[in-house]
Amino acid sequence: MLEVTLRHGFDGFDLDLSFSTEGGITALFGRSGAGKTTVINAVAGLLRPDMGRVVLDGETLLDTERGIWVPPHRRRLGYVFQDARLFPHLDVRRNLTFGARYAPRGSSGASFNDVVALLGLEPLLDRAPATLSGGEKQRVALGRALLCHPRLLLMDEPLASLDGPRKQEILPYLERLRDGALGLPILYVSHAVDEIARLADRLVLLQNGRLKAQGALFDVMADPAAVPLLGVREAGAVLEADVIAHAEDGLSTLAVRAGQLELPGVQAPIGSRVRLRVLAQDVILSRQRPEGLSSVNILAVRVEAVHPGDGPGAAIALSAGGDRLLARVTARAVRDLDLRAGMECYAIIKATTVAPGSIGR
Amino acid sequence: MVSFGPIMDLDAAAWAALTLSLRVASVAMLCSLPLALWVAWILARKEFPGKGLLSALVHLPLVLPPVVTGYLLLLSFGRNAPLGRLLESFGIGLAFHWTGAVLAALIMGFPLMVRAMRLAIEAVDPRIEAAAATLGAPRVSVFCRVTLPLIFPGILAGAVMGFAKAMGEFGATITFVANIPGQTQTLPSAIWTALQVPGGENRALAMAALAGLVALAAVLLSEALARRVAKRISGAR
Repeated sequence: MLEVTLRHGFDGFDLDLSFSTEGGITALFGRSGAGKTTVINAVAGLLRPDMGRVVLDGETLLDTERGIWVPPHRRRLGYVFQDARLFPHLDVRRNLTFGARYAPRGSSGASFNDVVALLGLEPLLDRAPATLSGGEKQRVALGRALLCHPRLLLMDEPLASLDGPRKQEILPYLERLRDGALGLPILYVSHAVDEIARLADRLVLLQNGRLKAQGALFDVMADPAAVPLLGVREAGAVLEADVIAHAEDGLSTLAVRAGQLELPGVQAPIGSRVRLRVLAQDVILSRQRPEGLSSVNILAVRVEAVHPGDGPGAAIALSAGGDRLLARVTARAVRDLDLRAGMECYAIIKATTVAPGSIGR
Repeated sequence: MVSFGPIMDLDAAAWAALTLSLRVASVAMLCSLPLALWVAWILARKEFPGKGLLSALVHLPLVLPPVVTGYLLLLSFGRNAPLGRLLESFGIGLAFHWTGAVLAALIMGFPLMVRAMRLAIEAVDPRIEAAAATLGAPRVSVFCRVTLPLIFPGILAGAVMGFAKAMGEFGATITFVANIPGQTQTLPSAIWTALQVPGGENRALAMAALAGLVALAAVLLSEALARRVAKRISGAR
């Protein structure tokens, strides 16, 4: 468990926040300039904040009040940087084993062969960093961090410098890391909601150096108050669904608590549990059960809260048999439909709104 | 027309001058290497009051007339100067001694060494070093395993510059330690002496050719080494 309290001033910007993480992947989300990298660097020991406290599993890494500052090389945190930062004068094998000699004797962690197998690095071992693609570099950087047997893995936008296909190349490895035997907690900095929806267990939202929300991913993503923080186009609930069947026409049937959804592009095998991301702007509300629509994904829902936005829109928190959904409608629609907490209505979800990338696990 | 005749004119005194020059230049280069690296490091990486002054002091011998540098050395380390007397009491004589030639060559070559190393250090991304620290490497290990290999071509370039400058140093040397054959007569001093003697042109030419050969060999060697290092870093195998 990681507890972080920080206060740090820059020119025209100050950071003042406090949050904690549990196991699994904790995503630190915010627009650029929100202070994400400052936070992760303070945790790593690469930045000394004006004031702060960082405690990992009971060990104090930083406490400005008590004058404690553990230097980065003694913190035993793996750090994967956005720009990989491989050692240009060492081949991949030597990059991977760079930190091995500093790991404490008898420390548990992945072996060289495990990491090479997990990340598919075998064909790269004798290559020089300059000859690797962006995705390959990131895989090596990840392996290098894992091999120093860290207690916590820090990742600062590890996918931001990669294009779509390269991202898809890395994401499965991160999922394997999350779900695998290593059980390594990860602090994951990102400004991409789709990555977070796919990977994170816990979400910490930052804005202008302040904490805006923190909690389980499913809770924060379904919170109408988080809509402006995530961006109106990106906001939307994440829910879990079981894959029931794959039809010949490419659609798959998934079961959620309030019923079944027909979605395209589901790769996961029957019986597996996946995450669905339902964008708030792609949920349509209707007071009567709609008939004759091209969309077949209709769930009976209850309005939990109506959250007016700053502009012409409003975010509606919905409960679908215990699953939470978020809908974004206009303020006029709220008036016309007389939407109120406790009201029963129907949510029409466009089947195409669930991108293959956001169906994980 | 190229004539190989002059080679025959290399007498014992010329060889002695070459040997002395090589010894002076090697010792000066090796002695200043760690100090130059340290100064280059703080100039490249540290911020402190008086940094500009330090940089100016280091570079001063580049722009000062060498005879002035030599004269200043004589004033500071001469037999009658307090500093010179102090060193003399420890058995270290500098004025009119070959070790004085080392000091003169060291000071004249120092700015060139610092310059080359400073550029190399500035080219190293400190974020790569930060990455090494997060992997558990203490500062000294980061320097030895990351920084040093990356700046090695710069150190090499600086060393060659320092050596070449020391080989060619004349003004400060002759002012500080004079021109005593077999003791303080370096190759440039010997060439200069030969030119003062009627009919000494052939000797001068032969020694000049020798000086050229040594300089060329040093540059070629460093180029070859630097290419090997660059190849390793860029990953072409």
